[in-house]
Amino acid sequence: MDQALLDLGEYISAALSQEVIDFEVRHDELMVRVRRDNLVKVAMFLRDDVNCQFKQVVDICGVDLPERDERFDVIYNLLSLVQNRRIRLKVATDDVHPVPSIVSVYSAAGWYEREVWDLFGVLFADNPDLRRIMTDYGFEGHPLRKDFPLTGYVEVRYDDEQKRVVYEPVKLTQEFRSFDFLSPWEGMLPGDEKATAEPAEGDKGEGA
Amino acid sequence: MAETQIKNLTLNFGPQHPSAHGVLRMVLEMDGEIIERADPHVGLLHRGTEKLIEYKNYLQAVPYFDRLDYVSPQNQEHAFALATEKLLGCEVPQRGQYLRVLFAELGRLANHSFNVSAYAMDIGAMTPMLWAVEERELLMEFFERVCGARLHMAYFRPGGVSYDMPAGLGDDIYAWAERFPQVIDDLEGLLTENRIFKQRSVDIGVMTAEQCYDWGFSGPNLRASGVPWDLRKAQPYDVYAKMDFDVPVGKNGDCYDRYLVRIYEMREAIRIVKQCLEQMPPGPVRVDDRKISPPRRAEMKQSMEALIHHFKLYTEGYHVPAGETYTAVEAPKGEFAVYLVSDGTNKPYRCKIRAPGFAHLQAMDFMCKGHMLADVVANLGSLDIVFGEIDR
Repeated sequence: MDQALLDLGEYISAALSQEVIDFEVRHDELMVRVRRDNLVKVAMFLRDDVNCQFKQVVDICGVDLPERDERFDVIYNLLSLVQNRRIRLKVATDDVHPVPSIVSVYSAAGWYEREVWDLFGVLFADNPDLRRIMTDYGFEGHPLRKDFPLTGYVEVRYDDEQKRVVYEPVKLTQEFRSFDFLSPWEGMLPGDEKATAEPAEGDKGEGA
Repeated sequence: MAETQIKNLTLNFGPQHPSAHGVLRMVLEMDGEIIERADPHVGLLHRGTEKLIEYKNYLQAVPYFDRLDYVSPQNQEHAFALATEKLLGCEVPQRGQYLRVLFAELGRLANHSFNVSAYAMDIGAMTPMLWAVEERELLMEFFERVCGARLHMAYFRPGGVSYDMPAGLGDDIYAWAERFPQVIDDLEGLLTENRIFKQRSVDIGVMTAEQCYDWGFSGPNLRASGVPWDLRKAQPYDVYAKMDFDVPVGKNGDCYDRYLVRIYEMREAIRIVKQCLEQMPPGPVRVDDRKISPPRRAEMKQSMEALIHHFKLYTEGYHVPAGETYTAVEAPKGEFAVYLVSDGTNKPYRCKIRAPGFAHLQAMDFMCKGHMLADVVANLGSLDIVFGEIDR
């Protein structure tokens, strides 16, 4: 399985040498990093090429990495039913530069892109219907960003005088608590992964 | 007479409509009784599950998965457990894998028996609901006996399952599985050749295979369009590779075929349940790695080390090596997947939940165009929509 995925990665990066940045295979999963502006071409190729046939987009999601210049990764999980393969495309962007929409290639992408816009504030160019989807009508902010607090900014309650639901700033009766259970002695325990972890594990830094 | 301007009627369907299967608000643009455009507004049940999981350790994240698709909770825990195990690189003991497959299939039976009967009720048949919910209740008694909770089981945990079956449960499940096909026959007797049922569902909401690919369909809805695709066969996980079962496939991709596929899937699930019970080996149900799975309570009374492990696991939790995985299971509603990103700490960095219903509901506009208002309800029911998983 691993070898077949490597071959597929080689094949794709050879066919789309201008568009693909690099690829890697980990945990039997193929991930291809794609240049943002060429996404539609790549998606079209993956869908129509006879060796790929990734006819389904099963999922699109965002990941927020605030320490990076281009802080968002948009992740496309595609599935080929003919080849019984999955592939993951990764596109980096920030909150200003829009990612080209792939609705023209996969109709199913529409809502997923709306969701990424809603929760992360990533713009999608040419999405015909880029409204919010998960959050309330008139919601402000993008909740899944790492700098958005878990408690949010507003809360609702039913106001009996006005006979409607009203928004108010969040009032916490006690400070929000986030316990840090990470043990400082962890690295010395036998059988612990940190004790043997090599710097090669630094997958996170460049956009896991 | 002066020429009158005719304007399309806009109709709000839901969010308090009994056949909206929860809190769906759908704005329908109608020309008379014909749907011109359907615009589902989702998110009324949005609880921020993905955000909450980022603030919990891996074990604490498990119960959130029960609350997604609350009709078949264990199948979703399955995806999360498999994803975490993939990153941890641990292998579940055989008995644990059998137990998971057994209860995943019981979850499928509970889900399909509920969906088929709720769908029948949406389009006018009352009795199947009464019969099927009775069976579902028996299934939930089994769930209660194995883990203590009827619905929100938190049973499939990374590293195995939380408890072994109590004595006698296997026999009771087997006896139930012997009897249940009779109930399926009864349901079919009411519905399959029923004239009204067929008039409401045959050739309604037809999706071809190509359209299914385009709209990201999966599970029974995809198979109803004639695509023999089942993750339990194509990308088997746990002990599904050892199971002998068939994948029912529809022909026309209409509401009636989606109903039939679910009925036959129930019969296949019964086969898998029986095979699991027959083949299940004795042995442990969780990995024997104290850094991942907690020690038994009896052990803690004697061993200092077990006590420390218990304390560490329930405060700090375990650390998952950095990496990312997209792990999918064949949930009753379709491909349910977890895209898990770990940064090496005890909490997931990002946990995206791929719910099958999200893609299915998205196609409502496409499916309903040109249909009558009453067919919206039939389409919605046949897609098997549950808002817990769509809104997350």
